[in-house]
Amino acid sequence: MALTMWASSTANALRISCASKPHLSLAFSFSRCFSTVLDGLKYATSHEWVKHEGSVATIGITDHAQDHLGEVVFVELPEPGVSVSQGKGFGAVESVKATSDVNSPISGEVVEVNSKLTEAPGLINSSPYEEGWMIKVKPSSPPELESLMGSKEYTKFCEEEDASH
Amino acid sequence: MPACIHELFVEFIVSVYHRHHHTYMHAFGIGLTGLVVALGYLMKQKNHHISLPLQLLLPRRFGITDSSFYVCGPALKDIKGKSPSLKFERRKKNTRPGILVRQLHIEEQLLRTSSENWCIINDGTNDPTIVMGFSGKPAELLEIESVLHDQVPVIRRFTGGGTVIVDHQTIFVTFICNKETVPDLQPYPRPIMSWSSSLYSKVFGGIGDFHLRENDYVFGNHKFGGNAQSITKNKWIHHTSFLWDFDVRNMAYLKLPKLAPAYRSARGHLDFICRLKDYMPRSTFIDKTVEAAGTQFSLRSLELEAVVTCSETEFRPSTRFLTNEELAAAAAAVSEQQLGLP
Repeated sequence: MALTMWASSTANALRISCASKPHLSLAFSFSRCFSTVLDGLKYATSHEWVKHEGSVATIGITDHAQDHLGEVVFVELPEPGVSVSQGKGFGAVESVKATSDVNSPISGEVVEVNSKLTEAPGLINSSPYEEGWMIKVKPSSPPELESLMGSKEYTKFCEEEDASH
Repeated sequence: MPACIHELFVEFIVSVYHRHHHTYMHAFGIGLTGLVVALGYLMKQKNHHISLPLQLLLPRRFGITDSSFYVCGPALKDIKGKSPSLKFERRKKNTRPGILVRQLHIEEQLLRTSSENWCIINDGTNDPTIVMGFSGKPAELLEIESVLHDQVPVIRRFTGGGTVIVDHQTIFVTFICNKETVPDLQPYPRPIMSWSSSLYSKVFGGIGDFHLRENDYVFGNHKFGGNAQSITKNKWIHHTSFLWDFDVRNMAYLKLPKLAPAYRSARGHLDFICRLKDYMPRSTFIDKTVEAAGTQFSLRSLELEAVVTCSETEFRPSTRFLTNEELAAAAAAVSEQQLGLP
């Protein structure tokens, strides 16, 4: 895991996107903000992503978010069975000196949480779209996904956000 | 809240004072706070400035020269439309560690429920109190046996960061801002940290080789200020505990943290930290901090308790004391681990 993180950090430093693992089979694109944005996911303005597959949606924070937060040292997640609401916080990440809320892009019921993050919170940094997933949710209102951004829109959102500061 | 209620509070306070002024100083403090709440609520409703009269009025009228609470806020410039407004409160020494938890509860509530920007300066708490960050593990950070033996209170706060032991020699400064408040500031840890550093650079103005080193305020390579933050969807908080002075004995309650800044270079507590009092008088530091805040914000003083009282009541803060049982259990778990027990 340490080697993966080193590789990821080096890749980020050299502005090279982290390659997707073969089983994920998702295209990825470069963004001019140099964070990875994956096609096929939906994105919230608060920098969470959601992957809807059948009756379950997987949620995490984006590469842009983890890069700006810094090294994640602790993750607080809800218990399975808890309800989450679109735009509301469901947990938090701690990165050295700061706790940052993580907001759910959609409403629903938590059906699974990523227990690996307890022992390895750095997975959020090294693999924000894969091993660093945070919760899986049974969506209660699938149309909410339509209100989220696609990859191109989110890429532009990140660029504009970074450019304005 | 009708105006006559604050008059009732005043009469209550006077009667309490005349009858029990020595024995019931703390009750007076509570009554005083209530008066503050009422007046502040009125002022908030009428959108008035509250300046010196509140601070000067009560001590003179009741002959109290050293109240447990006072609120002051010099009504500095109010250039509406030119600078974002910042509500300012300075609170004098608190008398019980529970008040520090209350302070943190208030900060957390303001972060979560207030739409205003805040600067809060607190002149410390009397009793030594350990304050751990959001994910702090007592067994890793504290000499638990000593802490339990000496009954040192331990608080887990809602912001990230490390562990500090604070007392009456600590000065706390907190900024709570909407994310659009500071122009060109991205609401992430490093930009906020840099912004705070630039503000305090105005305070210290080259004194003592002040700078931000990793995430600490230092003179040279000695830390005197520890920072912590919490960032929500629309706001952020950045608070700092400044080591005005410290009791060397208190450092013995803290272990060397595993997660330490690189510049610490494995130095022990006493080789790593320094005292702010060796660089600047206390009142100068506070005045200059207010002045520095005033270069970026228009400051308005307002009673913190009033805002909290009138704001959302369903809010549940996460900051809390750790119980003796929790601390003992943490120590026991480590012992079992070291002994190889399941």
